[in-house]
Amino acid sequence: MAFNLYYYASPATFYGLAGRLIPWFGWGAALLTIIGLYIGLFVAPTDFQQGDAYRVIFIHVPAAWMGMFIYLVMAFWSAVGLAFKTRLSFMMARALAPTGAMFTFVALWTGALWGKPTWGTWWVWDARLTSTLILLFLYIGILALWSAIDDRQRGDKAGALLTLIGAVNVPIIYFSVQWWNTLHQGASIKPSGTSMDEIMLAGMLVMAFAAWFYAIAAALARVRSIILERERHTEWVKQILQG
Amino acid sequence: MSPPRLSVTGLACSRGDRLLFSGVNFDIGAGELLLVQGGNGRGKTSLLRLLTGLATPLAGQVRWRGEPIERVRERYHAEMAYVGHLNGIKDELTPLENLRMAAGLAGRRLDEAQAEQTLERLGLAHCLDLPARVLSFGQRRRVALAGLLTAGALLWILDEPLTGLDVHGVALVESLLQEHVRAGGLAVMTTHQPLQLANVPIQRLRVGDADLTPAETMSAGQ
Amino acid sequence: MGRFLLTVIRRDLLLAARRRGDWLTAQAFFVMVVSLFPLGIGADPQLLRSIGPGVVWVAALLASLLSLARLFADDHRDGSLEQMLLSPEPTVLIALGKALAHWLIYGLPLLAIAPLLGLQFALPAEAIGVLMASLAIGTPILSLLGSVGAALVLGLRGGGVLLTLIILPLYVPALIFGAGAVDATLAGTGAQAHLSLLGAFLLMCLVVSPWVAAAALRVSVE
Repeated sequence: MAFNLYYYASPATFYGLAGRLIPWFGWGAALLTIIGLYIGLFVAPTDFQQGDAYRVIFIHVPAAWMGMFIYLVMAFWSAVGLAFKTRLSFMMARALAPTGAMFTFVALWTGALWGKPTWGTWWVWDARLTSTLILLFLYIGILALWSAIDDRQRGDKAGALLTLIGAVNVPIIYFSVQWWNTLHQGASIKPSGTSMDEIMLAGMLVMAFAAWFYAIAAALARVRSIILERERHTEWVKQILQG
Repeated sequence: MSPPRLSVTGLACSRGDRLLFSGVNFDIGAGELLLVQGGNGRGKTSLLRLLTGLATPLAGQVRWRGEPIERVRERYHAEMAYVGHLNGIKDELTPLENLRMAAGLAGRRLDEAQAEQTLERLGLAHCLDLPARVLSFGQRRRVALAGLLTAGALLWILDEPLTGLDVHGVALVESLLQEHVRAGGLAVMTTHQPLQLANVPIQRLRVGDADLTPAETMSAGQ
Repeated sequence: MGRFLLTVIRRDLLLAARRRGDWLTAQAFFVMVVSLFPLGIGADPQLLRSIGPGVVWVAALLASLLSLARLFADDHRDGSLEQMLLSPEPTVLIALGKALAHWLIYGLPLLAIAPLLGLQFALPAEAIGVLMASLAIGTPILSLLGSVGAALVLGLRGGGVLLTLIILPLYVPALIFGAGAVDATLAGTGAQAHLSLLGAFLLMCLVVSPWVAAAALRVSVE
């Protein structure tokens, strides 16, 4: 059992596995995006309050979910890496971070695009937007720490520690921002107030799966290049590069 | 408790992509001194840092009294003293304060008379009350070596202890080493200077003589 | 254990006492940053009262980060950090002791200055009292969380800016609860809830931060 685990945790084995998985997730993401956008843009009805502007939620909400979710996955890999000293775990955390930061940024960007027609302003200090902004700051901090540390082992572990202490803080940050928001009576954006149409929900879920698939494909591709770079002196990488 | 013994098996260390050394083995017991040799940048300091437990090896194991040092960290560090390139003394404090502070941080008590005596032995009698900032390079080195004596450790790990010392200083360190080893202590050290020790068997270890090979070749199978 | 913790704290206090310039710089920074705000936005008492708590708190965050950059850096540069990590005593206590010493040296004086700044911002007496209470509970959080950041960026180029970047987001709850407590007093809703939450956050930091900081120190020194 333990032997098998280490077998797949070996970068050389994982490199091949990742290569086989990427097309599936990549094409899956493309297909789901087409379906999701079709539902979102053509099938879902126009909102009676917000008109067509609300349709940005088909990108905004999945992006916000993924930004948060990827951070938790990074924290998971960081914990695994620190506990079991598996090199691949640190590589996974590194490979996920840029995608997570990208989704968080997209969530903020689309939030602004949504806010303008809906509330007449690009930015409101809504609790969820504010938390997302702070999440982006956390991502930026981790990426900056990695880029400042030349030594690979130190970078891996330092980034993992920062990710973990960030993850412990995230619930507290979210709670405090929520608390701050209710006290200051900030604006709150909610999709059309009452209940969401079923077809809207379906579109959003399809888009969320598309984001999932894309994130997995992107992370696997990035992990492959990290593996190649780190193991470039090993025999198996030399064979790949020559062959 | 098994007798004091520092055993190293299959130790390997890398810096960045370069493998500094691999397959380093040695074993020393009470009353033995190991001299680590090798050119600049070949990993002597890295080896000593692995022995202290400050750094973790790419492969291999360091054992103290038969136990891996990471498992008996507290006991190992209570019995080991390290003098590195940096002296580890604070500029703002006097040699006396430095010594007592260092002892406190190691969880030991050191009374003033004892600290003073040790500093005097190292030829620092006239600068007990000066801030370390105004001391010369060699004098600071002597303060660090005084710390080594007050630590009362069984195992000394010394990285170039003779740099910056004058002729008297070198002779002094040699006599301290001789005394330590003859009393049943262990020592691992590096130096570029010839070492004159009477009646002390010196083991020698060369590191990093192999061709510089890339580090990953040996970790690939993990 | 308690005695060792005291030794670590006393050492840093002694070093700070020998180097008063640093201490003054941090306090002066705090006062100046806060005093610049009225110049930037005008002297309307109503406006000042509403932004005062937030301004004082943000300045406290920045002032603490300014001094945190050197929390471990000086000891790292002269080698005494290595010696501390080789102490048989637990590294966690060293990390905790240094964070507490940082709070005593740089956090506690902010409490004494804050009432004066509160007057500048036209805060009523009751709000000033709550401001001090919130700083009393909140500034240890800054030292504890900051010690993790200081350990992570040890020895990196541009460490100071990097420290700010990685730690400020983690400070958000302290800022919200701390400044919020004063706001709540001004609004007449009572600061109890805010201060309790701040206290809970402090407890959590007290339990978690030293462990992470100790692990980070080992990683950074390796």
